[in-house]
Amino acid sequence: MSDEIVLKTEDLTKHYGGVQALEGADFELRKGEHVAIMGDNGAGKSTFVRQITGVEQRTRGRIRLYGEDVNFAGPLEAREAGIETVFQTLALADDLDVPDNLFLGREITRLDFLGPFRVLDYRAMRDATLAGLKKTAVKIPDIRNTIRNMSGGQRQCVAIARTATFHSRLTIMDEPTAALGVQETEQVENIIRTLKTQGEPLILISHNMRQVFDLVDRIVVFRRGRICANLLKSETDGQDVVAYITGAKTQPEYAEAA
Amino acid sequence: MAETTHGTGGLAFDRSKRAWPNEVNIFIALILIVAIFEALGQLLPYMKGQSLLFDTNDRFDSIFNEARLRIIILQVSIIGIIAIGVTQVIITGGIDLSSGSIVGATAMIAMSFGQTELVNGNPNPKAIFGLWAMDLPVVVPVLVGLGCGLVAGGINGLLIAYTRIPPFIATLGMMVSARGVAKWWSHGNPISFPTDQYASIGSGMMPVVWFVLLALLFHLILKFTVYGKHTYAIGSNEDAARMSGIAVARHKVLVYTIAGMLASFAAIVLSSKNLTAQSGMGLVYELDAIAMAVIGGVSLAGGRGSIVGTVLGALIFGVIISGFTYLRLDAFYQEMVKGGIIVAAVVLDQWRQHRAAMKS
Repeated sequence: MSDEIVLKTEDLTKHYGGVQALEGADFELRKGEHVAIMGDNGAGKSTFVRQITGVEQRTRGRIRLYGEDVNFAGPLEAREAGIETVFQTLALADDLDVPDNLFLGREITRLDFLGPFRVLDYRAMRDATLAGLKKTAVKIPDIRNTIRNMSGGQRQCVAIARTATFHSRLTIMDEPTAALGVQETEQVENIIRTLKTQGEPLILISHNMRQVFDLVDRIVVFRRGRICANLLKSETDGQDVVAYITGAKTQPEYAEAA
Repeated sequence: MAETTHGTGGLAFDRSKRAWPNEVNIFIALILIVAIFEALGQLLPYMKGQSLLFDTNDRFDSIFNEARLRIIILQVSIIGIIAIGVTQVIITGGIDLSSGSIVGATAMIAMSFGQTELVNGNPNPKAIFGLWAMDLPVVVPVLVGLGCGLVAGGINGLLIAYTRIPPFIATLGMMVSARGVAKWWSHGNPISFPTDQYASIGSGMMPVVWFVLLALLFHLILKFTVYGKHTYAIGSNEDAARMSGIAVARHKVLVYTIAGMLASFAAIVLSSKNLTAQSGMGLVYELDAIAMAVIGGVSLAGGRGSIVGTVLGALIFGVIISGFTYLRLDAFYQEMVKGGIIVAAVVLDQWRQHRAAMKS
């Protein structure tokens, strides 16, 4: 059961005009596994994520989610298929409160025959939000507060809480702590640990070596648009990873990437 | 932060941190403005202790000067109907400069289907069409009028959503074109003598009734429907709205169409109240409507504001205009001060935003 493959990409490639942003990425994520994607700026990490989440259309290659070939026309389709993404730039509406943001674009409604004027079920959304926050152990003093009045850490927690609220099948976090203070980072990391104990699969993009070694099982290194290493945490260390990132080392099976 | 130590996983409702609703501030501003006028009534020697809102000569049953109150709300209600639509547009982060011209065009077109055949036994001297268009049931001019708003607002929305030109430009174009339509329709001639049914739409206090009903309806829509939530979301963070799967372009078309239809409904009420339509009707109403919304706390940056605020903004607007007349100040000064108030309201909004940003 634990060997079930959540996400598999084969020869995933993205060219922007003549620029090869991502070239032949073969990637695999198993159930309950937390994998970090590392690499220098412009190494193709974010491009890789954008192809999986349907934000962009790939040039070539296959994406399989739980064994099924998927072709997302947009981020909403990816989300409906169970891929929740916490973007680098927070996709939150500042003037709305926590449940509003969690349910943005997929509100729980009544009287659906009214079309765009169907009525919001605030109570149901609030209850689901509280349940989601409880599940991730996210602490937000008042969920009816607008995002504008929240600290960076709280905002990030709201973005992450979406994952738990919607029983996602795969969570992707793009530098979730890049803009946060020490305490807030810790809070976010605790949430990631909670997801781990609950067996939720996760892809984490991070530059923070300590964080990566703290949180994940496996590290995949990108360099110049290609995957150049696939390392189990137990078999590597920080210096080793840096060597792969900078190009000092390349695993033999990825030799063509060098 | 201190609150995060509650440890109840978001179950604690900390009301104390929630901001004072902005509508309360605006209501206080309204009271203050009334108080200033009342004080001026007492202080200025030529006013001889008159009051703006209170009945000093025992002319009415209540303690209020009912005649003035009635004038104030009647004065603001037609532009207030427009302001309800403009509020929604501004909440999405846009602007609508075309509503005044839509009023002009709609008044002309709707009225020409609402004319009566005989005026005091003589044929209607202002007839636009032949006999076929005389004494039609009232639904015809109303539907035609709303159709005008639907088309004009729809074009605004389509331009903004699909060509990505700034709302300012798209609606500026509509402002000029719709005014052209208003003048072309009857070659500048006024259109008068509506049927009794048409005349009843805006007679007496009916404009106030329409304003209150529409304000209530759209208050509920903005607060409790998906349409309202998406309107705020788009104005708050358009990219987030798009990433969340909201059909942003389609929603904008809907918002501008509704704004256009509200402007055209205001035109029907106005032409019915005046028993005539002229091509110059609704001139600069768009600015007054924007002013009401902005005074009422609707942020030009988008994402914030409410119908309640706009209604209060409309009342402040009405009290100021009425107050100037009561102080016997010339209309020139009214316009000058009106401009100042609009700028002051925006400055206040900027300041409030800045302060909110500092706090977080």
